[in-house]
Amino acid sequence: MKIVVLVKQVPDTTDVRLDEKTGNLIREGLESIINPDDRHAIEAAVRLKEGRSGRVTVLSMGPMQAIDVLSESIGMGADEGILLSDKAFAGADTWATSFTLGKAIEKIGLFDLILCGRQAIDGDTAQIGPQVADYLRIPHVTYVCDVEEVKKKTITAKRRLENGYEQVRCALPALLTVIGELNLPRYPTMDRLIHACREKAPIKVWNAADVGVQTRQVGLEGSLTHVIKTFAPKFKREGEILNGDTKVVVHELIERLKKSEGATACKAFSSTCKL
Amino acid sequence: MGVWVEIDLCDGCNLCLKACPYSALEVKKGKAEVLERCTSCGACLEVCKKKALVTDAKPREIPDFSGHRGIWVFAEQRDGQLNRVSLELLGKANQLGNELNQEVSAVLIGHHVSDLADTLIRYGADRVYLAENRLLKGYRTLAYTKVVEELIRKYRPNIFLMGASHIGQDLAPRVSRRVGAGLTADCTDLSIDSKEGILLQTRPAFGGNVMAIIVSRYSRPQMATVRPGIMEAIPLPDHKGRIIKQPISLSEKEIGLKVLNIAGEEKKQVNLSAAKVIVAGGRGVGDENGFRVLQELAEIMGGEVAGTRVAVESGWIPAENQVGQTGKSVRPEIYIACGISGAIQHRAGMMHSRYIVAVNKDPAAAIFQVADWGIVGNMHDVVPEMIRQLKG
Ligand SMILES: Cc1cc2nc3c(=O)[nH]c(=O)nc-3n(C[C@H](O)[C@H](O)[C@H](O)COP(=O)(O)OP(=O)(O)OC[C@H]3O[C@@H](n4cnc5c(N)ncnc54)[C@H](O)[C@@H]3O)c2cc1C
Ligand SMILES: Nc1ncnc2c1ncn2[C@@H]1O[C@H](COP(=O)(O)O)[C@@H](O)[C@H]1O
Repeated sequence: MKIVVLVKQVPDTTDVRLDEKTGNLIREGLESIINPDDRHAIEAAVRLKEGRSGRVTVLSMGPMQAIDVLSESIGMGADEGILLSDKAFAGADTWATSFTLGKAIEKIGLFDLILCGRQAIDGDTAQIGPQVADYLRIPHVTYVCDVEEVKKKTITAKRRLENGYEQVRCALPALLTVIGELNLPRYPTMDRLIHACREKAPIKVWNAADVGVQTRQVGLEGSLTHVIKTFAPKFKREGEILNGDTKVVVHELIERLKKSEGATACKAFSSTCKL
Repeated sequence: MGVWVEIDLCDGCNLCLKACPYSALEVKKGKAEVLERCTSCGACLEVCKKKALVTDAKPREIPDFSGHRGIWVFAEQRDGQLNRVSLELLGKANQLGNELNQEVSAVLIGHHVSDLADTLIRYGADRVYLAENRLLKGYRTLAYTKVVEELIRKYRPNIFLMGASHIGQDLAPRVSRRVGAGLTADCTDLSIDSKEGILLQTRPAFGGNVMAIIVSRYSRPQMATVRPGIMEAIPLPDHKGRIIKQPISLSEKEIGLKVLNIAGEEKKQVNLSAAKVIVAGGRGVGDENGFRVLQELAEIMGGEVAGTRVAVESGWIPAENQVGQTGKSVRPEIYIACGISGAIQHRAGMMHSRYIVAVNKDPAAAIFQVADWGIVGNMHDVVPEMIRQLKG
């Protein structure tokens, strides 16, 4: 079973700060991590390989420092890593990214399964999986939370719905996007990590020429969508703070709600209005 | 190819820093400097008063899209039930359609779903493209993709909106790749740029810490998925529209996927997006008993109970009741936040509420910044007092 896992390096968005002056993101000092969903994809791939013959290839597109996520994936049990890195890839939207990843997968050759995370926490688009699948003309299943059976030509999986589950059988080769419910990712082992950081580690770096794409097809130039502006979200309202004794402030609040246009929405008011 | 600074011209005014969507500029010792992550997008060139920023990147040609007209909304249904987000999108589409002077259409796909067309028309669809077939009964990606692709190629819409629901987020990227269209995910605002007449798509990024405005200049339709619960569904009871049937040719083989089983969860359905009043609680509520008091207030006001991620993770309320970036977006008439600090991820899901009331004992809590009325105090005193006074 040949599996390709798509893994992205992302900034840890839990402590993102903005530059007050420019409204831009302060990237300095932001820790980079493997995108959380993608860890579950790696774990699933390694488990699927265990107990049968197979190969797990981890593929990532990003700056050179993204090599760290490949080492970590190999530490978790992946066989090899490929980093797509080229200045020409910078600024890519999901159209250009899915094209670049698709081209690289074609170069890797035959595969049975492609696994990716449902979404990346920096862009939160959840678009790459289905777009890569469409580029490769294979079916996809999103929100996978359980892989039940893998046969030669089909895979049976459970996917999450808004309020329940759906069990599907999909023809192989296929692409799955996975969510956290799927499994508990293992930690990389020390000896595998050392293996992944040796000079002869099974990691390759490909540039635009290696995957056979032209500069104008990838990165910002190859993108169909463009960010024209970023700004800090504005949430502020003209707030009024009510001060004083609880009974009094609650009374004041209720008076204001009653007079507001929201009053009709409130059951408690409509009954008092009838009096 | 790149962007660079003519040092002699630069006066270190900082304007380019503000314009750069990629934070790829810095001003050091009074001079701008282009960092490695620059993508040569050119946003800085326009704002530089001193013409100190230069590029050798050629401007990209925008194709002629005058043949693409109309605003489309994907009418999402499961088991013959329309997803509310589709009606919300029709509301928005009508507004965009008025500005552009273009028609609004709904794309309705399924099996025996034609009676939904009437609802779509009464929420503003001028046309309903109807695709019915036995193989389209349940949602399956490749079947729906093929139908949508054929419709887009035949009728060439200008804008195509889907809900950022499970189905929408599965289908939209697939369709976008298939028809060669740019797609923006999970938008929270849409408007038309008055100069270029293109769709301005606003969405949060980096965990809601940054908002980005995104455009699709180089492809049609301009596609976006839109977060449920943010746009407003506007009933137009007298609106007239017509149904256009789409012929279908599909085979089981090309769909590549079978649904073996669907299991619902046996939980009480909460419908936060439709609630007019929401009483929400956070860590300050303290325990499940605290939430029972909120429940009582919600019942008196005719609303629902919701909470922060902390409240969900503490097991005080079920996960479906979480409001925020990783929970639901809601826009009730009245949102009462009790013992909630107002973290950005929580505000992202409730800031579109019509009126916001905050009860928090910390006067510096961020929730007060978004509140119309705030009470600084202990919610364990304030909420029971509200119940008492409302009961009269
Ligand atoms: C990627 C990501 C996604 C997230 N998504 C979400 C999301 O969707 N929704 C969400 O809610 N959070 C989300 N969070 C978490 C969010 O950052 C906050 O941690 C969370 O919202 C805080 O919840 P809280 O306000 O209940 O708790 P706290 O921040 O601990 O605030 C408790 C508040 O209660 C007040 N208080 C305490 N006792 C009382 C009392 N007796 N009377 C009155 N006030 C009292 C305190 O003054 C304090 O302000 C997310 C975080 C991350 C990193
Ligand atoms: N640059 C990238 N390199 C490798 N995989 C990626 C990249 N971007 C996205 N992916 C994969 O696509 C998934 C969804 O990402 P996104 O569509 O950006 O939310 C991620 O969880 C990854 O598995």
